[in-house]
This record gives sequence, C-alpha cells and structure tokens, in this order.
Amino acid sequence: MARSPGESLPAQGKLPVVLTINGKRAQLGVAPWTTLLDALRDHLDLTGTKKGCDHGQCGACTVLLNGRRINSCLTFAVMQDGAEITTVEGLAANGSLHPVQQAFIDHDAFQCGYCTSGQICSAVGLISEGRAKSAAEIRELMSGNICRCGAYPNIVAAIQQAMGKP
Amino acid sequence: MIDFEYVRASDVADAVRQSAASTGAKFIAGGTNLIDLMKEDVEKPRRLIDISRLPLKQVEETAEGGVKIGALVPNSDLAYHSLIERRYPVLASAILAGASAQLRNMASIGGNLLQRTRCYYFYDAATPCNKREPGSGCPAIEGLNRMHAILGASEHCIATHPSDMCVALAILEARVHVAGPDGERVIPFPDFHRLPGDMPQTDTNLQPHEIVTAVEIPPQGFAKNYTYLKIRDRLSYAFALVSVAAGLEIEDGTIKEARFALGGVAHKPWRNRAAEDLLRGQAANAGNFQQAADILLREAKGYSHNRFKIDLARRTIVRALTQAARGTPQIQSDKKVR
Repeated sequence: MARSPGESLPAQGKLPVVLTINGKRAQLGVAPWTTLLDALRDHLDLTGTKKGCDHGQCGACTVLLNGRRINSCLTFAVMQDGAEITTVEGLAANGSLHPVQQAFIDHDAFQCGYCTSGQICSAVGLISEGRAKSAAEIRELMSGNICRCGAYPNIVAAIQQAMGKP
Repeated sequence: MIDFEYVRASDVADAVRQSAASTGAKFIAGGTNLIDLMKEDVEKPRRLIDISRLPLKQVEETAEGGVKIGALVPNSDLAYHSLIERRYPVLASAILAGASAQLRNMASIGGNLLQRTRCYYFYDAATPCNKREPGSGCPAIEGLNRMHAILGASEHCIATHPSDMCVALAILEARVHVAGPDGERVIPFPDFHRLPGDMPQTDTNLQPHEIVTAVEIPPQGFAKNYTYLKIRDRLSYAFALVSVAAGLEIEDGTIKEARFALGGVAHKPWRNRAAEDLLRGQAANAGNFQQAADILLREAKGYSHNRFKIDLARRTIVRALTQAARGTPQIQSDKKVR
C-alpha cells in the first residue's frame, strides 16, 4: 500500500519501499538516491531493463509505471513506493510471448538487442495510449527510444503488426 | 550525486513549511530535469521534498470560461485533455513538440515552467557558468553558442529557456498561481520568468520557498487560427533552435487579434507587443507578417555560432503566422513544414 502523504519516514539511510513488480510484491530498503532503474537491476536482479545513457535520452530503461511508460533512470525508487511496475520480464503470460515481443521477432526488429527491452515496453505503452494511428505517428511517439543499430523500419513494422494495422 | 535527505509533504502548506525550515531544500515532482541535473552535480539539494502526491492534478473550467490546471498534471495528460485539445490546441501542440512520450508521462506542468536551460556550459560542472556559479564567467559568449539567445541576453549569460509549453502559455496569457510563506499570489505569465541581467542564477521571480500550485488560462484559445512551429537540428526529440507559437483572430480577412511568441531565442518566451499591434486591423498576408517579424527582431544580436538564428527566426515567424492564418497548423508528427 502507498504511504499516505506526509507520513513520517524512518531516519535516513535505507528507506523501506514496497513495489508490485510484474504482479509480485517486493519489499526492499534503498538509499534515497537509488533510481528505480538501479533498484530493478541491482536490488531485484531484473536485468532485462537496460541502463543506456542514464539521463532519459535513450529510452533503454523504459518500464511501465502504473501502466504508463516512463524512463526508470529519472525517478527515485522511494518516490514510487506503492506503485505497480511492469518490466520486459513481466510481459509474457502463460508461457506465451506478448504480441509486441512476437512481432519484434517476426519483423527482425533488432540487431544488437540492447535497446530492445526498452523499445518493447515503450511500444506496449504506446499501444495502450492509443494515440498513434499512422506510421508517422508511431515514429514520432517512439522517438524517446534510440536504436543505434538503426532497426527503426523493422521496429515500426513490428508495432504496426502488434497494433493490428496493415 | 551527493547525499541528500528525502521527505514527503502532506499538503502545500506543509511543503512550504518544510522548505522554509531547511537550507538547500528542493521540491521534487516529476523529477525528469532535477534528477538529471543532480546526476551531473549541477543541482546539489541537501533535502528533497517530494510533492508528487499532493492533490494538484485537476484540470477544471473557471468561472470566467477559462481553465485552471493543477501544477502536478503530467504533461501528456494535459496535451491529450479534451478541453485543451478542443479549446487550446496550440498548448496541446506545443507540449507534444517537446521531449519524448516517456518524459511527458512523468514531467509535471509546474516542473515544465521551472526547467533549467540546456546550455552546454551550465550542464558541464567542469566549466565556469554564471548561472550555476555566479561570478565564474560565461564561456558561451565566446564559445559554442549555437543554441543560445539572440534577444534579451546580458554580458553575464546568453542561455535560453528550453520549454515549448511555456511559449504557448505566453500567447494564451496564462497566470501562475503560487503559494509561499506569505500566502498565495498570482503571477502574470510575462512576470514569471526573468531575463538574466546580472543575476543569471535566478530563472524566475518566484520567492524563496514558493511553490507553483496551478496555471490558469483565460478563455481566448485561438482554436481556429493557431500553430506551434518548432525548428530544430533533429526532426524529433530535440530542443528548439527557434519555435513560434501563433494565435490569430481573423474577421473577413482582417486581423482582429494577433499574438505570437518565440521559444529558443531568449531566457524566457519572447513576445513583442508592438509587433502584434502592427498586425491588428491589417490583412493577413506575408508582407504584414514580415514587418511584424522585423519589429520583433529589431534588437536581435547574434554570436559566433548562432547568427543564423536571426534570419531563421524571421522566416519561422512568417511561416507560423501564415500557417495560423490559413488554419493549417503544424502537425507534430508531420516532419514537413508546409
């Protein structure tokens, strides 16, 4: 449960944080400056979420926070106490890949793969936002995810498939 | 990043109180700019006061027919809000021209007002910067200044304000509601941000411990004749070299009301009333737009790498006013400027 606003926190050092990650409750103690990204990777061994630039410019760290895509490198874990997080590890269900994951395979939408988990989480967020109708809108609304291998045409094609667009 | 203490505020008054009771405290909401600057050792707060859970997330109509936006509304929620899309499309467009979808999901409206310049020297703690370290000097004046100011700069600082949203708020004549140790007050938009002068370390006229609680917009939304035209080095996800928010009211081919503001050219969104006055009562044509642009840019001053911005600004103003007059606003996913 989220703490109510203003409820006093224990003396600084390790702050207790409860997160629901991929449907599972996790309790951890973090320093105030531990980003959500570092909490996922270093405290919870969820290394699917990648650290690229660590400044919100590349999108490799994209996760879904309460269903919305965000850069996990630009928020502190303690600020998200009580939140629901979905990482790339939580997208597949009942042994089946998420349609976006399958579409990335079908369209060969990656080369080195480093940006891919961020691209996929961002695409899942994009589809649930429901704002992108055309390829141009997909490109614009995916501009927060950089792919230095340049797999962009295939990424757009994969997202179009997952959206059910021709 | 230096050691800091983290606390949460229970309400606005508590936030103000906690800020006033400590030295070196900063409020944090979306955190997208502040955390980045903390990682760069540019911002070094001793204490972070988390205001992100305060109930400042409403978008509501006002009695005068305008809209009041809570300071903690995320940028994306405001851009896609039906009231804003319908009545203030220039605001929706400007927000969507900035940052990325992820950042817009995180960043708050109040934080957008308060974001700091992206001047390379301000960001690089190894170099002097009067904004970061008053009195240390401004390497941008003689250095790399492609993205820097051409209007309203000083010998101490030529940084620009990076916001797109604020350029639209300038022509909408927004008012900023703030609360502080001495109570609440409302700041007209032109008085919110300041020019660098000899105090470039101060971006706004907020007093110590004051907190932005809301942004209010009057009824005039220019929903028919508007545009937000942003010119940048990369087609998406980049700061403006020059941007123009324009709103016109046209009756029988004659301009009844004209407002336009520039982003990327000064320490604050840049408007010039004389340039707007010139258009009132005139025909909406390129010749008149050119004259208005000339007035606004009369005092423009370029530096070694950004002189091109003066001509670019002139052409962008004419194109933006033309788009607004034609009723064909720039679509942010369309990378052609028409």
